[in-house]
Amino acid sequence: MKNKTIIIGGSALFLICLFLIGGYFFKKSEINKYSEEVEKNRQKLLTEFAPLYGNKDAKVEIVEFLDPECETCRNFYPAVKKLIAEFDGKVKLFVRYAPFHKNSIQAIQILEAARMQNKYWQTLEFFFQKQPEWGSHQKPQPELLWTYLPKLGLDVERIRQDMNHPQVINQIETDMKDLKTFNIKATPTFFVNGKPLPTFGYGPLREAVKKAVEEAY
Amino acid sequence: MREKQAYNLLFVCWIIAMIASLGSLFFSSIMNFVPCTLCWYQRICMYPLVLIFLTALIRFEKSVFYYSSSLIAIGWFISLYHNLVQLKIIPEEASPCVQGVPCAMKYINWLGFITIPMLSFFAFSILLSLMYLFYRRFVNEK
Repeated sequence: MKNKTIIIGGSALFLICLFLIGGYFFKKSEINKYSEEVEKNRQKLLTEFAPLYGNKDAKVEIVEFLDPECETCRNFYPAVKKLIAEFDGKVKLFVRYAPFHKNSIQAIQILEAARMQNKYWQTLEFFFQKQPEWGSHQKPQPELLWTYLPKLGLDVERIRQDMNHPQVINQIETDMKDLKTFNIKATPTFFVNGKPLPTFGYGPLREAVKKAVEEAY
Repeated sequence: MREKQAYNLLFVCWIIAMIASLGSLFFSSIMNFVPCTLCWYQRICMYPLVLIFLTALIRFEKSVFYYSSSLIAIGWFISLYHNLVQLKIIPEEASPCVQGVPCAMKYINWLGFITIPMLSFFAFSILLSLMYLFYRRFVNEK
């Protein structure tokens, strides 16, 4: 009887370990292949029109592909801001867009138009804050976005004109094209000095930023 | 001796269910293949077998035949159907998966014929044969 227990337990343990170790090495080889792929297209990671947050002379750059309608991006936003504040002037953030939801593009167009009135970050923050209202999955109400604008002191008429500016359209199209280049399927996706994160999460992001800061300074 | 044979047979069944379950999880959570509808139905039939066979092994119950055979039979039929869809013997339109991942899509193709539904079909077929053997030799002894 004892023998049998050992055989059953041993087999189960063996198969589960095989699964975990195989999984570990598979993921590792995948991320290596992906890193090489990203390295080849590194110059495409940065565009001249991506919004910049932080010190423009910082040597460590985070590129974040985000979607204003994505909940995880909303949850990450304060953490990313805190991270940049923590490495005081050594880290900057470039925002690029991954419009994966139904009303993302409209929200991005408004955001970019707000940027022309120098109110980009306030608007993004407000959109994130109010996301459960306008971007709810059961009942999205994108028309609510427009009601927020006067509260932010934005000129709504100018937003309406600027949101279809060829530069805005071009920017969104370029970002969407690069989603394919970098095979981005989830938001937020981060690149720290051109390197993808080994696994998703705030911990790995912080770790990557810390390492990059140590290397650069 | 007879008892030992019956036990070994159950052990092999459990190992096959384990490999099939962990393998399908490897495809979906490690390799990020999104399972289609028919795959999910086969998973529903396969996953409980791991625990059913495990319990039968620990308690050594031959009645496991009655508990497992319905799951194995249903899984076998679904995987047969899935393979017919992939081999284009049944047209895709007739399959229930129109949204999400099409069931006729092939994620892997080893040696030109081994696809994921084919692996599932192998697993269910082996289990079906072993359980038939088990029934003939150890349950319905005449």
